[in-house]
Amino acid sequence: MTQKITGAQALIRALELENVDTIFGLPGGCILPAYDPLLDSPIRHILVRHEQGAGHMAEGYAHVTGRPGVAMVTSGPAATNMVTPLCDAYMDSIPMVCITGQVPTTAIGTDAFQECDTVGITRSVTKHNELIMSADDVPLMVRQAFHIATTGRPGPVLLDLPKDVLQNSMTWHWPSDEEVLDSLPGYKPVSKGHPRMIKEAARMILDAKQPIIYAGGGILKARAADALRELAELIDTPVVTTLMARGAFPDDHPLCLGMPGMHGNATAITAMQKSDLLITLGARFDDRITGKVATFAPDAKIIHVDIDPAEQGKVRRPDVPIVGDCRLVIEEIIKAIKDLLNGGDKQQDISAWKSRVSGWREQFPLYYPSNEPGEALKPQYCLEQLRDGAPEGTILCSGVGQHQMWSSQYWKFNEPYTWVNSGGLGTMGFSVPAAIGAKVGRPDRTVWAVDGDGCFQMTAQELVTASVERIPIKVAILNNSYLGMVRQWQEMFYEERYSEVYLSPELPDFVKWAESMGCIGIRVESPEEVQPAIEKANSIDDRSVVVEFRVDAGEKVFPMVPAGFSNDDVLLHPDQNNRREFLR
Amino acid sequence: MSTNPYVMNQPAHHILSVLVQNRPGVLARVAGLFARRGYNIFSLAVAPTEDPMLSRITIVVDVESAPLEQIVKQLFKLVDVVKISELDPRRSVERELLMATVRVPAEDRGQVVELTNIFEGKILAVGVEAITVSLEGSPDKLDDFEELLRGYGIVELQRTGRVALPKLDKEARLKAVKHGKAS
Ligand SMILES: Cc1ncc(C[n+]2csc(CCOP(=O)(O)OP(=O)(O)O)c2C)c(N)n1
Ligand SMILES: [Mg+2]
Repeated sequence: MTQKITGAQALIRALELENVDTIFGLPGGCILPAYDPLLDSPIRHILVRHEQGAGHMAEGYAHVTGRPGVAMVTSGPAATNMVTPLCDAYMDSIPMVCITGQVPTTAIGTDAFQECDTVGITRSVTKHNELIMSADDVPLMVRQAFHIATTGRPGPVLLDLPKDVLQNSMTWHWPSDEEVLDSLPGYKPVSKGHPRMIKEAARMILDAKQPIIYAGGGILKARAADALRELAELIDTPVVTTLMARGAFPDDHPLCLGMPGMHGNATAITAMQKSDLLITLGARFDDRITGKVATFAPDAKIIHVDIDPAEQGKVRRPDVPIVGDCRLVIEEIIKAIKDLLNGGDKQQDISAWKSRVSGWREQFPLYYPSNEPGEALKPQYCLEQLRDGAPEGTILCSGVGQHQMWSSQYWKFNEPYTWVNSGGLGTMGFSVPAAIGAKVGRPDRTVWAVDGDGCFQMTAQELVTASVERIPIKVAILNNSYLGMVRQWQEMFYEERYSEVYLSPELPDFVKWAESMGCIGIRVESPEEVQPAIEKANSIDDRSVVVEFRVDAGEKVFPMVPAGFSNDDVLLHPDQNNRREFLR
Repeated sequence: MSTNPYVMNQPAHHILSVLVQNRPGVLARVAGLFARRGYNIFSLAVAPTEDPMLSRITIVVDVESAPLEQIVKQLFKLVDVVKISELDPRRSVERELLMATVRVPAEDRGQVVELTNIFEGKILAVGVEAITVSLEGSPDKLDDFEELLRGYGIVELQRTGRVALPKLDKEARLKAVKHGKAS
């Protein structure tokens, strides 16, 4: 009865059994054996042009589907090309399984051709990694990898497979759930919150006079958007959504204040700052949110719900720490609040607080000086037009820089899993491959990538992948001919001494480049051309489209809390500065 | 390595007794985590336990309690870490081994031998101009011994780093760290 197959066949079979439908990758010497059985597998393989692209595609796929993205590459330089996406996925808690080839076990440690210490190099950028030393271990290790990547706080897991392990024969055995759990005695993520803490949280919420819900990316990871909405409506409390949580609570909801943080809006920043209770759900008090920690939300008590115990107290000591899955915990908190209300307790009157918050919203809308005829195109205007022209359910991906902040600020995210960006690591070059991965995960959706001229040049070649594999995405390049975000810092904090930030308005020719990669290229230079170009782009669905918007290089992102500043000292757009007093 | 945390009266060091799966790379994971998060290891001792599947890593850290909590939680997140106990230095027995070679002319050798005998240490080797001694005991005792030996001129010194177990009285149970197993 026992059936002998190779380690490589076992690997592909195990991936099939883990319901993998797509692998993003690129073969080479050590991983060769695994690419042979792939030919006979129903799994779709997408051949990338650079391994970093495979990693970001896997991330984009995972972002929009919630299922782990899978990347497979060879040893040595391919494995090192994977380090950036692994770190990106680690920082943003993206479930991902990465398979790397390795030199044969007999050659390990000899500096063999294309040998590198992959598990050593990736140890600090993965949730877990393993070097598999025997073909018999393949199925269990694959099951462990998927289990670890997708449970608890999700993250990337890497499996390093020496060539002889792939070639050797093994006796197939698919481990049961029990065997998997027994093989991981040190891995027991907590998902249910502590009942006493949940009661305490409910009590504290009803007693708060100036509460704010601080929603982070954990809401999306835990599929807790519905629970969040129910909680917010039950306690009629405003919600801020961090960069990682855009879409976790609908922007068109009257309680939504949008994004806080370094480039958040003044209302979201100030509401957190003045609150007396931060109901923190799946967020981690990142330095981009808190500004100077010592002066962050000084009067606020903290309820902190997070599945990762190490986030509790890492930056700010919580009054009520709750370790658990956001969705389960929020549902329990809702129950506990309802119990208190049914028992005759009353929620504090928060109407004065809410009208104060509304006052800020009226005084401090997002602002940019409007496009005067004959003046350079405003990037914010382009984003507004992209937003208004986007088909229902469009997924937006972005690179890193000014265009990313404007994307988050000006888009309206009314649905979870429609925003894909690199938050924690801030990886330039993320958007094109991530958009391709997102489109593979959600072929029914329109996927727009908003990219910078700098970012685009880091990974644009993946548009060749998109064309060959028939994965039509749309890319809007906000070409300000600068590494704009860095330019902004040099303008504001280095006395306009611009050092190595000028790219070029003409080079490369983005339209020709797009066309050479099998895409439609469109150039937009004036406000009148914006809408027609977007309409045209949206009407094309059989190939990718790249729209280059030549935008005003001088435009800066506001508001801004410069690094090390207190959130109290948020810099408003200069045209809004005369209203500063209202921020009290 | 930082200043000696043992010298203060109040224990400023913490002893973490970390039970890990006995697998390749585990020590690298643990040590790498300390480096990556900017924590300092004062000493570290690793060996298999009575269960061949498990090893025990005894780590002495010299930190305030807040970062200690972070270290413990981050360590818990390592998939290979099965259990972490923080041993209270006041309620545990700690042992360490010291070996030292001291340069001493034959006519003064008797003083070092006497000192070693007073501390109940051992003479391991005797040369014309040098003597090698060892002492096993509590880290404090080793500190004292080392201090006195210095007067003679230590040529080489090696300490093992401490290992510890809880004292066998009622209160001195393992103060198992309260936080749940991490994700
Ligand atoms: C890989 C990488 N290198 C460098 C940086 C630092 N950085 C952050 S934003 C930025 C400028 C990005 O330029 P561009 O893509 O043109 O976007 P813009 O800010 O102009 O919108 C740079 C260099 C980074 N985030 N990632
Ligand atoms: Mg730019």
